[in-house]
Amino acid sequence: MTKEGCLSRGLRSGLCHRLPHSLLWSSTLHSRACFLHIFRPGPIKRAAHKESESEAKADGETASDSESRVEAATLPPSADDTPEVLNRALSNLSSRWKNWWVRGILTLAMIAFFFIIIYLGPMVLMMIVMCVQIKCFHEIITIGYNVYHSYDLPWFRTLSWYFLLCVNYFFYGETVTDYFFTLVQREEPLRILSKYHRFISFTLYLTGFCMFVLSLVKKHYRLQFYMFGWTHVTLLIVVTQSHLVIHNLFEGMIWFIVPISCVICNDIMAYMFGFFFGRTPLIKLSPKKTWEGFIGGFFATVVFGLLLSYVMSGYRCFVCPVEYNNDTNSFTVDCEPSGLFRLQEYNIPGVIQSIIGWKTVRMYPFQIHSIALSTFASLIGPFGGFFASGFKRAFKIKDFANTIPGHGGIMDRFDCQYLMATFVNVYIASFIRGPNPSKLVQQFLTLRPDQQLHIFNTLKSHLTDKGMLTAATEDK
Amino acid sequence: MWELRHRGGGGPGPGGEAAAPPREGEAAGGDHETESTSDKETDIDDRYGDLDSRTDSDIPEIPPSLDRTPEILKKALSGLSSRWKNWWIRGILTLTMISLFFLIIYMGSFMLMLLVLSIQVKCFHEIITIGYRVYHSYDLPWFRTLSWYFLLCVNYFFYGETVADYFATFVQREEQLQFLIRYHRFISFALYLAGFCMFVLSLVKKHYRLQFYMFAWTHVTLLITVTQSHLVIQNLFEGMIWFLVPISSVICNDIAAYIFGFFFGRTPLIKLSPKKTWEGFIGGFFSTVIFGFIAAYLLSKYQYFVCPVEYRSDVNSFVTECEPSELFQLQSYSLPPFLKAVLRRESVSMYPFQIHSIALSTFASLIGPFGGFFASGFKRAFKIKDFANTIPGHGGIMDRFDCQYLMATFVHVYITSFIRGPNPSKVLQQLLVLQPEQQLNIYKTLKTHLIEKGILQPTLKTDGCCGQLVSSSKA
Repeated sequence: MTKEGCLSRGLRSGLCHRLPHSLLWSSTLHSRACFLHIFRPGPIKRAAHKESESEAKADGETASDSESRVEAATLPPSADDTPEVLNRALSNLSSRWKNWWVRGILTLAMIAFFFIIIYLGPMVLMMIVMCVQIKCFHEIITIGYNVYHSYDLPWFRTLSWYFLLCVNYFFYGETVTDYFFTLVQREEPLRILSKYHRFISFTLYLTGFCMFVLSLVKKHYRLQFYMFGWTHVTLLIVVTQSHLVIHNLFEGMIWFIVPISCVICNDIMAYMFGFFFGRTPLIKLSPKKTWEGFIGGFFATVVFGLLLSYVMSGYRCFVCPVEYNNDTNSFTVDCEPSGLFRLQEYNIPGVIQSIIGWKTVRMYPFQIHSIALSTFASLIGPFGGFFASGFKRAFKIKDFANTIPGHGGIMDRFDCQYLMATFVNVYIASFIRGPNPSKLVQQFLTLRPDQQLHIFNTLKSHLTDKGMLTAATEDK
Repeated sequence: MWELRHRGGGGPGPGGEAAAPPREGEAAGGDHETESTSDKETDIDDRYGDLDSRTDSDIPEIPPSLDRTPEILKKALSGLSSRWKNWWIRGILTLTMISLFFLIIYMGSFMLMLLVLSIQVKCFHEIITIGYRVYHSYDLPWFRTLSWYFLLCVNYFFYGETVADYFATFVQREEQLQFLIRYHRFISFALYLAGFCMFVLSLVKKHYRLQFYMFAWTHVTLLITVTQSHLVIQNLFEGMIWFLVPISSVICNDIAAYIFGFFFGRTPLIKLSPKKTWEGFIGGFFSTVIFGFIAAYLLSKYQYFVCPVEYRSDVNSFVTECEPSELFQLQSYSLPPFLKAVLRRESVSMYPFQIHSIALSTFASLIGPFGGFFASGFKRAFKIKDFANTIPGHGGIMDRFDCQYLMATFVHVYITSFIRGPNPSKVLQQLLVLQPEQQLNIYKTLKTHLIEKGILQPTLKTDGCCGQLVSSSKA
């Protein structure tokens, strides 16, 4: 399927026709998603889309000054673009099963893609996270444009992307500089950029702010303020959390893979349990969710998390923090695994002893943490999904976009992940590791001498109190 | 004077709101009767959808607020014409606010911190009330509770991060506080999550869009008011001069630009604020730079303003006592030749801080007004004359502080980039959290470093207590 084919199909889908403006043609994920545009969603979905289209049209036509843009402004019906091959193969099945198969195949395709990316290493993962972030930002902003019919606002699209760039620059500067410290210190321009990083980022942001103020047009103040607010909330949600994901990734790939897999597993398990045993509805927002699915998904995810962390804790490449090796100029994951990732004996409490018949069990301490992560993924993660469902109902859209056939947009897949990323980051910062000692030493060295002395003395008295420091050790 | 605050925002609201909805409802409802699909629940949301998509001219105005000038003033000024009366009221209120400001400075940094906190809460209240009026969302279930709850969470998070650093020694003694500090991020996150889940559970079928709007409105307001008020407090802890000079520069720029515009104003500056003129802008710039220069000179002499605020555990209060850093010690600067000819002096002795004050004043006069334009645009967008009616003649608290916000962030970024490195108390705090083995390693590294630099004399065979120190240090 060629790009042109995708474009021509895409002209029927409002989202696709704005693609030439987007930055995404070069991203691998998007090209692949476009390739997948050739899949056709089933007839049920098409009917559902038509219904949402008529609703959206009703909404759009009451707008006073945008009749000419109604077709573009209504939230785009998805084009039916399942590939012919698949269509023919599944043509004899009923439409419900066809939909199920399309979703199933796409799910497997995405999971396989995920494995390939993991294999390729942390750098590629980082790029993928960034592409996903940009795509999510694009999807949400497009919804904002559609809601407010604000295509013609002067400057606005430029400003939204500019703010995205500024915030990304700020965050990448803060995180990346820590990891690439030695590299940065060597190169003079990089050193200056990193020393005055906050000031430069602030200046860039201010420029955007002033441009916004200067671009305010008399009749459209309210719209412009709405879009400004919309952009900032989207940045807050999407960009900050994608950077937390990258922080987690640098801590060790296992901190990235286990949470994401738990959320995906919870999704799938809750769906299956609901499919087979579902009876009591869970929440009015998402009528398809059931209590049986919720609880079944919870237990299945905890078990899955335990198994997965057992399997992954054995391998160094997942467990070690990502470091940048200055000599080889690449990322390395090689280290002595920390105490979390070494097998230990645990005594089984009496209750379970009688059931299983074992006295002790050998586990990685990390598996206990994985129980906490899985619990969060199953109990609180779905709230992210409900939030996104409420959002879609509020703005009368069926999916965020139509990137992945059968599944909707990228944002649809990642809505539960966001809360998870923040939780993992907070969890690591609170329970796993403290502050980075080498970074502290660096900060110490930049202080004034009297401050250094003050800190040194306080540390000394603290250590002496704790009994770690005696006259003998000090003289060494 | 603060008791005026509480009814200021809420007062005009319900009165104004009652008039507006029937007109909108009719217009929207008419269009919708023909188009509506089978589910009626979309109707209410659609009406609010219209609210978004119409141009500004279609939106009905929020009626003007009540006149809250006290009776005394009214009687005293009843003889003057209304223009001069307005001018006098503004003038008197300005002087009242400035003297209140001085009074609080005199009372110390802790009072200033409380003042900043109250202003932040009031600004938040004002902006949220505007949101309620715009979206007629008084009756949304839970919403006011949730907005205040989020304010509380974010404040808790920020106070924990900043204030805890300064109280490190105090905190080390109390066990419960130590627990709270160690797991601070986790606790704040859990609190926020509880609010988030309450929001999701409170979504009501007919009001989804409104509820999302108010959620977003609350978060943007938090982002603007709360983060920046905490930056103000961090600047304050750096030294009261870093708090006073920027704020005074902004106020001076406001007043000077107004006066220059009043006497010489001819060319309009920007369509958003038709009363601003280029003459006022430029005149205000020069006067603010000079004012900042002089204020910095006057304030740099006193330890009270110049020293970082510290919490002394023995005295259990804030103290500002220190050896002033080089920024605040007089230095001789040789004048460039052309100034030499003008002033007929070889060199001048100034505080280095005065040069920084030029940068601060420049920002206050050139970029600060953009904060004002942003607020003007916001008021025009939502068709309100003032944010609230707290201060007679001036409007709400937010009206007075709109230019300050950008300034606070700028000063903070300026300090961290050019003046000081990382915060020593924070470094100490983080050191104390590390594992003991790591602490020992760091201790050894630091010791080597300090000895190398000659700050610390190597210890002789003493009783193992303190080494001989070259420079004096506080215990």
